[in-house]
Amino acid sequence: MVFDDRSPIYLQIAEQIKNDIVTGALAEDEQVMSTNQYAAFYRINPATAAKGFAQLVDDGVLYKKRGIGMFVAPNARDLLRTGRRDSFFADVVDPMIREAKAIGIPLKDILQHIRSYGEA
Amino acid sequence: MTAALTVRTEDVSVRFAGVPALDRLDLRLAPGKIHGLLGRNGSGKSTLAATLAGFRRPDEGRVLIEGGDLGAAQEPYENAVVTSRVCLIRESGDRPEAVPVKHAVGLAAALRPYWDADLAGELLDRFEVPLNKKIQKLSRGKKSALGVVLGLASRAPLTIFDESYLGMDVPSRNLFYDMLLADYAEVPRTIVLSTHLVSEVSAMLEEVVILDQGRLVTQSPVDALRGRGASIVGPAAAVDEFTAGFTVLAEERLGGTKSTTVLGDLDPALLAQATAAGLEIGQVGLQDLFVHLTGVKS
Repeated sequence: MVFDDRSPIYLQIAEQIKNDIVTGALAEDEQVMSTNQYAAFYRINPATAAKGFAQLVDDGVLYKKRGIGMFVAPNARDLLRTGRRDSFFADVVDPMIREAKAIGIPLKDILQHIRSYGEA
Repeated sequence: MTAALTVRTEDVSVRFAGVPALDRLDLRLAPGKIHGLLGRNGSGKSTLAATLAGFRRPDEGRVLIEGGDLGAAQEPYENAVVTSRVCLIRESGDRPEAVPVKHAVGLAAALRPYWDADLAGELLDRFEVPLNKKIQKLSRGKKSALGVVLGLASRAPLTIFDESYLGMDVPSRNLFYDMLLADYAEVPRTIVLSTHLVSEVSAMLEEVVILDQGRLVTQSPVDALRGRGASIVGPAAAVDEFTAGFTVLAEERLGGTKSTTVLGDLDPALLAQATAAGLEIGQVGLQDLFVHLTGVKS
């Protein structure tokens, strides 16, 4: 993971962990790295890492066990998947259609391509 | 147990032959954080570092260091109690050169109340600094590494690295960053890293102080600066209208198109307004923002 300097790193950390949960790389109730481990691994300020983790606790994605560490919330994956489904068409499909129009790909070609994947 | 120190400067000015190197500087460095001291060459970083460490007395104003076992605020200049707790590591080394490395290590061990001998030994080993070699015989990289070892192992409640690590090669610098973060996690203290290589260290910082020509440009949590700069590109008239209320950092024109870099928070409503006006918005990275904040005004 390489952090870019164009948005706050704590948000990038939160996004990365959310991604790992959505893809299943982090399982529900699995323990995540401590903020100090995370800071050392990615060579970032521990307070920045702590802020990213705190945001995820606030969002209900992680939960704390006192003296043990932080864990992925049992419903985190569903929560995140629902959130992403809501914005899927606006964030993913609409830009694709705009690009297709700009470069002259008919929508029927796109539909055909999608159908070639079969009914998912 | 190290207790982090708080630093304040009150209206501090330092002049060299009448020319201000620091110009009425007011700032506060919060305890227990890693601060970046950023500025171009000649911006006053080293003068500030030396003044904070009590190596020189300000011509006007005062430096106050407080907290930890110091208690009430004290000025560092010619104050042995404060200066034993403040460690400034500079490229020059500030130490005798004709003696073996172990002599410098022994001296630091004797002078530094929070010195950790085990850490010093581990660091000398990791950085491969030979104990019996005379300091003057060391390469530039090894001299820098020795400075880093003395700075980290002192575990001083205020530790300032004034570009001293820049003499090391990339693997050694990375080792320094790793050891710094690991030891800071174990023993939190106030750390100042002065540098002009913003992108290399920015992720490790919590706060930044940006100096330009001896003046404070800004002091801010570093994450708050990320994404604070934006470039607005589009038809000149529309760009000018949109950027009217912002602090403009730079402007460029190419025919009827204009690109203006501004400092400010663009909330979603403003972004929507810009898009509706046919403007393109780009985020400006920290290094570019730094260049704009400290560069020659175009």
